[in-house]
This record gives sequence, C-alpha cells and structure tokens, in this order.
Amino acid sequence: MTALHRMLWRDLARIRGQAIAIGLLVACSAATFVASVTTWRALERSQESLYDVYLFPHVFAEVRRAPEDLARRAAALPGVAEVETRVLSEAVVDVPGLGEPASAMLRSIPPGGEPRLDRLHVREGRIPAPGESSAVLVSEGFARANRLGPGDRISAVVNGRWKSLRVVGIGGSPEHLFAVRPGTLLNDDRHYGVIWMSREELASALDLTGAFNSIALRLAPGAPAAPAIEGLDRLLAPYGNRGAYGRDRQVSNRLVTDEISQMRALASTVPVVMLGVASFLLAIVLSRLVATQRMQIGTLKALGYGNARVGAHYMTFAALLVAGGVAAGVAGGYGLGRWLSVVYARYYRFPSMLYEAEPGVGILAAALALAVALASASGAVRRAARLAPAEAMRPEAPPTFRPSPLERLGLGRLLSARGRMVLRDLGRRPVRTALSAVGIAAAVACTMVAAFTRDASWMLVDHEFSRVAREDVAVYFTEALSEGALRELRALPGVVRGEGFRSVPAALRSGPRSHRTALLGLDPGASLHRVYGLKAGAVEVPPAGLVLSRRLADQMEVKVGDPVRLEVQEGRRPVADVRVARLVDDIVGVQAVMERSALDRIAGEGPRLSGAFLQTDAAVSGVLNDRLRRLPKVAGIVLTGATRAAVVKMLDDSLVWFTNLLTVFSVLIAIGVVYNGARLALGERERELATLRVIGFTRDEAWRITTGELAVQVLAGIPLGWLAGWGFVELTAWATGSELMRLPPLVTPANCAVAAGVVAASAALVALHTRRALARLDLVAVLKAKE
Amino acid sequence: MPVRGQGTPAFEAVGITKVYRMGEVEVHALRGVDLRIWDGEFVVILGPSGSGKSTLLNVLGGLDAPTAGVVRYREHDLATADDRRLTAYRREHVGFVFQFYNLVPSLTARENVALAAEIAPHPVPAEEALALVGLSPRMDHFPSQLSGGEQQRVAIARAIAKRPDVLLCDEPTGALDAATGRSVLEVLESVNREMGTTVAVITHNASIAEMADRVVRMADGLVARESWNERRRSPAEISW
Repeated sequence: MTALHRMLWRDLARIRGQAIAIGLLVACSAATFVASVTTWRALERSQESLYDVYLFPHVFAEVRRAPEDLARRAAALPGVAEVETRVLSEAVVDVPGLGEPASAMLRSIPPGGEPRLDRLHVREGRIPAPGESSAVLVSEGFARANRLGPGDRISAVVNGRWKSLRVVGIGGSPEHLFAVRPGTLLNDDRHYGVIWMSREELASALDLTGAFNSIALRLAPGAPAAPAIEGLDRLLAPYGNRGAYGRDRQVSNRLVTDEISQMRALASTVPVVMLGVASFLLAIVLSRLVATQRMQIGTLKALGYGNARVGAHYMTFAALLVAGGVAAGVAGGYGLGRWLSVVYARYYRFPSMLYEAEPGVGILAAALALAVALASASGAVRRAARLAPAEAMRPEAPPTFRPSPLERLGLGRLLSARGRMVLRDLGRRPVRTALSAVGIAAAVACTMVAAFTRDASWMLVDHEFSRVAREDVAVYFTEALSEGALRELRALPGVVRGEGFRSVPAALRSGPRSHRTALLGLDPGASLHRVYGLKAGAVEVPPAGLVLSRRLADQMEVKVGDPVRLEVQEGRRPVADVRVARLVDDIVGVQAVMERSALDRIAGEGPRLSGAFLQTDAAVSGVLNDRLRRLPKVAGIVLTGATRAAVVKMLDDSLVWFTNLLTVFSVLIAIGVVYNGARLALGERERELATLRVIGFTRDEAWRITTGELAVQVLAGIPLGWLAGWGFVELTAWATGSELMRLPPLVTPANCAVAAGVVAASAALVALHTRRALARLDLVAVLKAKE
Repeated sequence: MPVRGQGTPAFEAVGITKVYRMGEVEVHALRGVDLRIWDGEFVVILGPSGSGKSTLLNVLGGLDAPTAGVVRYREHDLATADDRRLTAYRREHVGFVFQFYNLVPSLTARENVALAAEIAPHPVPAEEALALVGLSPRMDHFPSQLSGGEQQRVAIARAIAKRPDVLLCDEPTGALDAATGRSVLEVLESVNREMGTTVAVITHNASIAEMADRVVRMADGLVARESWNERRRSPAEISW
C-alpha cells in the first residue's frame, strides 16, 4: 500500500458519517434498480414461458352456439396454427362453509383429456379423466381462498339444475392467471373462480352437444392477429358472435402485462431520483475535501506527484465512496427481487417463477452508479489537478461576502447578526443551497407519491363501492329475461328495493376506431347502481344517446354530439347510429351506458333484463342468499360487501410494502441531504462556531446558527417538494392510468402535511446529532489553527 | 494604576498543573504555576513556544480546565466550573484576542462587533467600539476587504464591546508587521488606560514587555521570573 493509498483510506474513515449517508442512498438506488429490473424480467420471462409451454391462444371469441365443424374452417384462416373449441358458462356455486353464494366460470376439458390450447397446470391432485362424471379441477386462487382440496365437494347451478361436483385437482391456465368475473376488473378469489370439467358433461347440461360457445386460435410464429380476428368474426357472424379479440383485450393478460409495465416504470424512476441525490452529495463532499486538502495537494505536487496522479487519487476516492453502497445495493437488490418475484408468483399463481439473479443487471447498476459518481466528482477533481503547487500551499484567500438580496431590499435591519450570517452563507453558494433544497424536495415528493398511491387506491375502492355500485347484491341472469323476473326478485324475503338492468355485447364504431363492450342499459332515476364521475358526481342517463367514459371517448376520438355506430352482437344483431350525449370521468374500466328503454328499442326484443341490482335487509341475508342460489335462471350473484372486503385485503397486501418502501426512501434521502449539509456546515463554520463559543455564546446559541442554515434549506425544500410531489402524482396517475383503472391524482392537505412532517422530523434528528458534534469541538485547537 | 501586589487580586492561580495526553505521550504544559493578577493591570506573559503561556491564558479565560490546582476569578472557581458556568464567565467577564483574528467572514466589521454586543448585559455600542480602535470609516467592510491590522483591530473592538473586565490576548501582533502591530498595541493600551480593563498579553516578543506594568516570564511550564516596570513605555517608543 502506497502512502497515497493510506491517505485515501484514512480520509474515508474520517468522513465515514457522510460516506455512510452517500453509500445508503447509492445502495437503495442500486437495490431498487436491480430488484425491479430482475423482477420485471422474471415476470416477463415467466409470462412468456407460461404462454409458450401452456399454449396461450392468440385470438379468442365467444358465440351463442356454433356447430363443431366450424372449427375446421377456422383452422384454415390465415396464419392459424391450432384451433380449439370450448364450452363455457357462468354459474352460481355453492361452497360448503362459505355463507355467501359464489360464482364461477365453468370451462370444458375436451374429451381427449387435456386442452390442446390454454393447457392446464396442476398444483395438486389431477385433471379429471376423460368422461369422468362430476369431477372438476378448481382454479388455485378460489381453492386456496375457500380451503378446497381434492376430495372436497361443491355444487353449481348448470343451466338451472343443481349439480354436485367433486374436486379432484387444483390448478390453472394462462387465460386465468387473474380470475375476474366478466364485466368486472377487481378480483375476489373467495367469491369467483374457474372450474374445469368434462366437456361432454358441461355441453350436455348446457344443451351444447356437438356445438361450442367459445373458440380460441393459436397463430403460427410471426403471423399477425388482425386477419385471423377478421376471418373468425366473418365465420362466426351467423352464430351469435360476440366479437373476436386478440391477446390485447384478454383481461387476465392485460392485467398481468400492465403490472409488468408498472414494474418497468418503477425500475427507471425511483433509482434515478435517489442516484441524483447521491451524486449531488458526492459532488459537494468532494469539493469540500479538495478545499480542505488544498495544502496537502500543493505539498504532493511540490514533491513531484503529477496532476494525473492527484486527479486519479480523488477519482478513486469518489469510486470508493459509492463502491460499498453499490455492492450492498446489488446484493440486496437480488434478494429483494427474489422475494418480490415469489410474492408476484403467488399473486398471479404462475406455475413457476423464472427468477434469475442476472449478473448483467448488477453490473449495469454498478457501472451507472460509478459513472454518476465519477461525473459528479469531476468538478472537484479538475480543481485539484489545476491547483498550482505554490498557490496551493498558501492559505486560501478569505471568502468574499456581500449583503444578501433581502438586505439590499432594506430588510437587513430586521435580522440579527446571526440571521445575517445564515442568509449570507446561503447566498454565497446559491447552487449548493438550491440543490440541497431540491434534495429535500425529492424526499417530500417521494412521501407524497407513497401517500397518493395509498389514498388514491382507497378512493378508488370508495368510489366504486360507495358511489357507483351501491347495491348490496347484483344478480346476473343466464339470458335476457322479461320484466317479470324483476318482480319475482323484488318479492323475495329481505329485498328492500330492486332495479333491473340490461347488458348487451356491442361494438362501438366511429370512423376507423372501434371498441367492443358490454353496453349497459339503466332505468331513469336508477339510484342503486349509478354512473358516477370524479368531478361530475352522479350522472343521470339521458333519454336518448350514449354516456361514455371520457377515456373511451378520447380513445375513439369522439366528443359530445358526435354520432357513434352501435353494432349489437347478439340476437338479430341490429345496427344503429347513436349520438354521444355525455362524457363521464369515471375511474374503473371504461363504459358505455344508455337508458334501458332506448337500448331495448335498438335490440328490438321488447323490454328485457340481463339482471338486477338489489338493496337488501342484512338481517335476513342468509335466507335471501339461499333463495337466490336456487333460482334457475341466475348465472351469477355478486355481493358488494364481500367483493369490497376482498379488494381491500388485496390492496392492503400489495400496497403496504410499496408505500413503506417509498417512505423509507424519502427518510433516507432527507437524512442523507440534511446530514451532509450539517457536516459541511460544521466543517466550514468550525472556526466561527468556536469564536462564538469563546465570546460567550452558549452551545445552544451557536448550534442554532448551524441549524438555521439547515432550517432555511428544509423550509425552502418543503414547498418545492409539494410542487414536485404534485407533479409526480399527476405524472404517476397519468402513466399508470389505463383502460382498466385510473387512479385519481390525489394531493390532500393531510398528505402534504405528513410528507413535510416526515422530512422535518428526519432533519430534526440530524440537527440534534450535530449538537453532539458541536459539544466535542476543541475551541482552542480550532482558533489557534491558521486559516 | 494598581499598587504593586497589594489588595485582593482579580485572578489567583495556585499550583496549577495541566497535563495533556497526545496519543501515548503525556505533555506537562503547566507544572505548578502560581500567579496573581490585579484589577486594571497590564500584564505581559513572555516565554518561548512550549513554555505553557498559552495554556495558562486558556485556563485563565475559562477555555480549559487545569488538571490540578486552584484558579479563581473573583468569586468564580474556574478549576471546577462546568461548561455552562464557564460560558457565562466568558460572556460576562472576558474578551479574547487571538493571533488569527477569527472574524466571521460573512459579517461586516460592525456586525462582527455587534455579535458580541448582542449577548452582553451592558455593551459598548458597536460603532463606539469601532471608533475606539480607529475603524469608524471601515465599519461596513467585510473581513475580506480589510487588512490584517484592521482585522485584528475589529477583533479587539469585538472583545471590548462586551465591556469585559479582562482582555486576554494570545500573540495579538504575531501575524502583523511592526507598524501595524504597534497600532494594535496602542489600541490595547488605550483600552487598559481609558476603560480600566485588565489586559494580559502573551507573546514571545520581549520588546512588548516594556509597555506592561508587570512582566511574567515562563519556561517549562513554570513562572520563571516576575518583574515590575518602573515606567510603562508607550507602543510608539517600542522598537522590534
């Protein structure tokens, strides 16, 4: 070890506090980067591999009833490699021990014993054998939530008849990684699942023997989906086609893909903010070091060390400052990534999570951190290299001060001498002051984003379940029924109020743009289930025309008053032109709503109902649930309270770690920035503070001058952070907003206060710590040293 | 002018020792110093570097506590006082002047003086203190705009602004040329004469001794010799 190396290590040991602060920020930055990149890649890899191995189809379509031999013609469509027809049905399910009714999608297993497309992965037990009667495989989420295992019995209403089913296996398929009821986007594993059973049995119960009501296509590698979708639509048109769609509109695939892209966004934003703050701290620590070691630098040069050697010395110093943080961060990042991927694997029920601690990601994180460190050190290093030896060995000229701008405005008289010291010091280094404030602002903004994610999610739940779906129970019929069905429901015990609705699969077209949706028809004055906008509040559905989600209108490039072509995709498939009557800024899914009578007129089947929303008396819910379960024409029963509880639990589980992580990060940023600021202030003001103490200032009076400077930075940073946080929140809301969900950009005074409080408390901790450092100041040694 | 060695002394140090630990080595800076200083005296403490004069001044000024011995300033026991009491003692009774001025660079001359005046019970207004050291025309200048002698005079003005009972000066002319040093000494002398402030100056410059009432020579951590000047010379008469 050369003498210069020894000097390096001792200098590092001397500023270990600051080195640790910088190291922690670098570690967090590297850890988030490595964890989110490897998790995102693991998710993507696992999704891809699952889709490949279990043959996730590329094109899907549901029909009312189509003859089996259509499959051969579908196989001849352009690009199609494999076709499978299926039979599926929504059904009310009775699970022993679960008080409330549940529902499930019943799906067929082909006579061959295993689906060719969307193959099953089995977690426990087995796939029902060909022709095995009453044997079913249950989706994993549903089974786990209801503690079902092989050997358990459940029952389901298939086509109006109760059927007892025996669970023989638990598993899943790529189409149902995320099991959500059609028409909803929030999953509730306890009350909704997927049940696979023998095709013969299901088809015969549904009267679909020799026919199918669902078809899936897998395309040859590289084949585009559009021609196959178009061809399939043409082929299925006579059979009650609900419209073919590609992977992009397959709900489970979209939810998983959305999650992966959010993880990718996380991989790029959080580490950048933290690395930015770390690099700023590094830059000031190094310039301070070069300033204090001016004489040493001069001596080294006088001894014959070249500029390159001196420059390299400080560059190595910068590299060592981040090296520990990078190493810890990369190692921690791999661990965190592995843990996160296990969490996700459980959440999505991936059969296997292909997590790899890819060395490339760690190397990239290290290279980025190192590059940033060297770049931030370059200014100080250049200054060190440029110092002429003779000049360096002379003491630095005293710093030049001027009255602060506030004083030039004549406000100087209001300030004490100590106040002026603080203001002028801040004013002498405007860039450092501004960057410190920006660092504080970053911490505040980070906390606000964490609070926003939490609050907006709760608001979304509240919006969906207290403003939109205010019914206690939603009942879905197996087919459109006459209004008599509603009267029957209203007559059930415990039903306080009932409102019918119509839902019709339809395609909306405007020019080249189209959107397939379930068009909802509500009665005038309906108050249980409402159209509700974030700003508009409850929206009355007008007698004529469409109410569209603003997001959908933007997507279709239509505005109020524009005509939209409506193609009903069931029954006689009528087509009508309807005007957009109103837009609504809703936040979950996108919807198209009309008055029910207008929708009935277009459908041309007379007044019909697809289901009903019920307000019920909780005291007799057991009796009512029992009666509902036994109604033959009911395909699904959704209990709003139970769904809400499931969604709340899911949010609780998934949000807690994320918001906590962000809060920890912001505390680290705040402490890092303030701690470094305090160390520098102490270092630079040592002589002044000692002078004050000698004159007779108490320790607290001297301490208040150091903290005054920090307080100004924190006080300037907090409002700046509110602004930045507001921007970040808007940006996050915009970036994460999708057709499925749009978090409202929520910035509440309480959140602003909490963010400021967290940062101010971190700063206060550091300020208290500096008081101890001040107590240790050796007054005599400081004052007798040459400036 | 105090009567030689009569009455109650302001400072009384008896048998003070000071041992520093520098790594593994013990340094005996003071080895049993006895010293008294009377109100209104102008004392010069002479000695080569390492003789213990600065340590003695620090102990008298409440910046450092002796390892053993008794030190008193009037009713204050400086040897056993805690940090709070020593701070109060410095605040109320002592003014310091150092070789390296130790001005706050972000404050003007006037504000540097005001800094001390703000915490004193009966301060001399900053402007008046600066006038006393002849710096009225430069009082709104920052330290970086002042010469070394001017900076040291600001430091003296800051020290006297508290109206201290005693002014302790550690090599006040050490960083100055002869002419500037002389002007600084003139200020110290006039503070002693006009305000009645007790002044103790430590220096290794023997010629300064001629302006003192009494000269204390130190060597090896002990008072080697004390002498009284029959006549105090004015700084203008001193040459070095």
